[in-house]
Amino acid sequence: MNAVALTTLGIEIGWGAALAIKTLVILLIIPAGALILGYVFLLKMMSHMQSRLGPMDPGGFHGWFQLIGDGLKFVQKEDLMPDGADRKVFAGAPAVVLISTFLVFLVIPMGPDLVVKDLDIGVFYALAVSSLSVIGILMAGWSSANKYALLGGLRAAGQLIAYELPLLLAVIGVVIQAGTMSLNGIVVAQQQQSIFGIDWIGNPYILTQFVGFLIFLIAAQAELTQTPFDMPVAESELVGGYHVEYTGFRFLFFFMGEYGTAFAFSAIAATLFLGGYALPWVDGDLANWIGPLVLFAKLMLVAFLMFWARFTFPRLREDQLQAFAWKFLIPLGLANLLVTALFKVAF
Amino acid sequence: MWEQQVAFWIIAVAMAGAAIGVVRANNVVHAALFLIVVFAGSAAQYILLLAEFVAWVQVLIYIGAIIVLFLFGVMLTRAPMREERGKLDNSQRLAAAVVALFLFGVLAVFLVDAFAGTELRFRDSMVEVGSAASVGESIFRQFVIPFEVVSMLLLAALVGAVALARRD
Repeated sequence: MNAVALTTLGIEIGWGAALAIKTLVILLIIPAGALILGYVFLLKMMSHMQSRLGPMDPGGFHGWFQLIGDGLKFVQKEDLMPDGADRKVFAGAPAVVLISTFLVFLVIPMGPDLVVKDLDIGVFYALAVSSLSVIGILMAGWSSANKYALLGGLRAAGQLIAYELPLLLAVIGVVIQAGTMSLNGIVVAQQQQSIFGIDWIGNPYILTQFVGFLIFLIAAQAELTQTPFDMPVAESELVGGYHVEYTGFRFLFFFMGEYGTAFAFSAIAATLFLGGYALPWVDGDLANWIGPLVLFAKLMLVAFLMFWARFTFPRLREDQLQAFAWKFLIPLGLANLLVTALFKVAF
Repeated sequence: MWEQQVAFWIIAVAMAGAAIGVVRANNVVHAALFLIVVFAGSAAQYILLLAEFVAWVQVLIYIGAIIVLFLFGVMLTRAPMREERGKLDNSQRLAAAVVALFLFGVLAVFLVDAFAGTELRFRDSMVEVGSAASVGESIFRQFVIPFEVVSMLLLAALVGAVALARRD
């Protein structure tokens, strides 16, 4: 991704160096994204919405020190492992979750040339690797040798299976309209297509796939186990669910995985429905330079919607949660798919 | 070409090791986790053969769905924390070995018979063959009737499962 930026500066880099730079950038994006979302939404927005004064205090100015303090606290904590735990699986689980997050970022384009690998089947790949995090969650829940953790893991798995389908159905609508699964191709399609002949701003799919956008946001919310879909981690009954036995650095891994994935899903939603890195009337080299900023702005907008729902809705009961997926979201997704396909054939 | 050979053997050895782990594990959950390595290895082999779409379908379906259902089922019913030495064993070891050897023999004979001496030479133009577009085209154009038959079979299995599980 930086290859282009560097080449425009007149620096040639080899294949190996490019790979190293790409890997490093992605490795930095996950904690950075987790920090940004945690800071802006979890601390600032939630504090304002729920009138919490605590996070406004540390460090003086608007509580800027809060997250750094939290990070220091996590690093100091003792690394605990329950007595009956399955040691290898217990230690491996946070890594599986984080690797799944890492793999999703590989296909998200931040500019026409700023993408690690523009896979032909980009969206499909992103959904395939994001589904791997369930295995990490099940591993964590089982290996902790704790009833609450196991219950949390099972609930998470049942929920992720149920909401994977609407997520895929919502994406298929976009894929039909764009005629490609490559994320870069979807961005270009949104730039070049028109809505019934009006091509003033192209065709951001949030306008023509609004139902798909809503389904995607709801399903992503469930995939991230955020309120109102937080039965798997419900603090008041499961004391934290699958990560109840994790402390210190390993818990930090789960935290980064959760918020890093929220960052990734916001980026995918921004790419699929809001035109990604593209702005109307901007292309060429300029798009490469401002692309990351544009994508970041759109991503924060999507993340704002997701966290807004998180901070204001009460938790759904397990049966309500399952019924909502199977009896409402999936039929709606199928209907959306049918209508999209009809329009695609008719026009 | 030698890079592909090296990669193939590394992945193949890892897969075989994990497969032995699946049958030798004394804990069902461990066996399922070993199975993930086997499936991931076969996805990697698909990528080596330029079948990129099939590879990620393998990841989504086998690792993302089937293994998750395995783990889900095992944890919902037993969730054994300790090793269950002897419990997972049965008296059909010999029969299983005979069947496995027989299957290996049949597969080996047919594969050698069909592909002995053929060498795949990968060219850039061959990437197209493994793409989602060409896979979709061959499924929904050339092989549409087998595809529909398979989907009928799956539907029948689904209806049967619901009928068996109903309690009223």
